[in-house]
Amino acid sequence: MVPISYYLVLSGLLFACGVCGFLIKRNIITIFMSIELMLNGVNLSFVAFAAHWHQLAGQVFVFFVMVVAAAEAAVGLAIIIAVYRTRETLNVDQVNLLKL
Amino acid sequence: MVSIHLILFLAFGAVAAAGAINLLVQRHPINAALSLIAVMAALAGEYMLLGAEFVAAVQVIVYAGAIMVLFVFVIMLLNAGVEEQTKGSRVAILFGIPGMLLGSLLIAWVVLKHSGTGDVAVGALPGAPNVIGQLLFHEFLLPFEVTSILILIAIMGAVVLASKPPVPGGTPAKKVQD
Repeated sequence: MVPISYYLVLSGLLFACGVCGFLIKRNIITIFMSIELMLNGVNLSFVAFAAHWHQLAGQVFVFFVMVVAAAEAAVGLAIIIAVYRTRETLNVDQVNLLKL
Repeated sequence: MVSIHLILFLAFGAVAAAGAINLLVQRHPINAALSLIAVMAALAGEYMLLGAEFVAAVQVIVYAGAIMVLFVFVIMLLNAGVEEQTKGSRVAILFGIPGMLLGSLLIAWVVLKHSGTGDVAVGALPGAPNVIGQLLFHEFLLPFEVTSILILIAIMGAVVLASKPPVPGGTPAKKVQD
């Protein structure tokens, strides 16, 4: 028997690491990976709460989060490719203008 | 007494936490992507411990498989190198690392002291694929169909965004130098 709170602590740690990576990273792809890390942390808390309340809807929600993450990854990486094509850089410090 | 459940939880949790911290430490995007794959594989183990078999399988197939392959593909396509540090990023590190520690400690303190949640056994809530499928195609049918439309729009958006922009005047597009 493991307390649910341990799973929640792990989920919070993963989310905090994601937020930190989002703030300190300068490569646009790594920033995007930090967002995926945050989504994973949230998914873990969804599954933990599903086990806590005996509601399978929590696991279905994880499925929906994964679908949205897949759509986000596809569109986001396409945007990254478009940004690289016009700016020829992946550093977010150099992508600070809306218009070239 | 230390149960095998706790040992497995701590083992998978240690891998996940180490991968997440390694994601922050690594400077090269490909190393960050590989550590993120380790995090996702460890999380699949945690899902199995909680009994969510279907979620664990989808985690490995969709997340660690499809999405991360897309990431690695883009990293290699764009030939992304080691990220360079600027003055702004040093300020962000100065505030980001203590902020992360503070945030995770706050979450841990609140959850451990004030949540009042109980214990969970191995496989507490069996999420077998047939049960999940029943839910997905009865109670959650409308959200399921809406996500399929979302995926369709995302596919079209990705194709439009990643395709070469039309060149005015018919001049050939400028080649991107590696």
